[in-house]
Amino acid sequence: METAFTPVASLGGGVLIGLAATLLMLTFGRIMGATGILAGVIQPTSRSEFAWRAAVLAGMVSGPLAVLALTGQMPAVEVPITVPMMIIGGLIVGVGVTFGAGCTSGHGVCGMARLSPRSIAATVTFMITTAATVYVVRHILGL
Amino acid sequence: MRLVLAYLIGLIFGIGIAISGMANPAKVLNFFDFAGSWDPSLMFVMGGALITTFIGYRLAFGRKAPLLSDGFQLPTARDIDLRLIGGAATFGIGWGIAGFCPGGALPALGTGRWEVFVFVGSVIVGILIAKALQSSAPTATQAKA
Repeated sequence: METAFTPVASLGGGVLIGLAATLLMLTFGRIMGATGILAGVIQPTSRSEFAWRAAVLAGMVSGPLAVLALTGQMPAVEVPITVPMMIIGGLIVGVGVTFGAGCTSGHGVCGMARLSPRSIAATVTFMITTAATVYVVRHILGL
Repeated sequence: MRLVLAYLIGLIFGIGIAISGMANPAKVLNFFDFAGSWDPSLMFVMGGALITTFIGYRLAFGRKAPLLSDGFQLPTARDIDLRLIGGAATFGIGWGIAGFCPGGALPALGTGRWEVFVFVGSVIVGILIAKALQSSAPTATQAKA
């Protein structure tokens, strides 16, 4: 499935992601990591630790609706894979981000911006295995 | 007040993800498909997010403490160990299969598409499995103590 090259929207979206990460550090002193926020909502350690994460999560989920309100169009979600692959992929992602202590937002954006050696190592690693997996799935298995 | 602010920060993140294309698995998978229908858009997402955060963090860390909290809570781990690299490698395999990462999928829940709920539900199960494994297999340091 071909997708259109969208450098301006993607750059603008990236700047907003960075702005959100900056604001969360400036106000709450926390890393904007989707893994940590999700894990802190499903297994809260305390009421106050739960509350700010739940509020951030609610804001995230409202994002597409805000885009719909502003532009009149719901952001595209095109799923080129089967449901079993979605489930298997999700399970593997959940295990991986827990052991790896972060994902694209926590390591790839916030950790890299802090020049954390752990985050740089993690990001290089998952970028390589993601690309290798896409190659195997699409060009060797032909799924 | 704190929670309203947290909500607005999440909203900015969610809008950013939604317009960037990170909430669209077809676009994410194409970014990694150099041998096929390559779409370089996500390079601009990463670039824009990284440069903004790099500058923003320097401004934030110029303060003694965050505005609403006693201190910056930053990861303290330093080791680049098998757990980190193995976990990151595993995450990449899942990302390459599904085309969603957690940061892309959580805002995408707002589109109401059922596939996103299937993915996020699976991620939650994966997190709970991994946490159960971690607590049943103590780390070397815990074992020593």
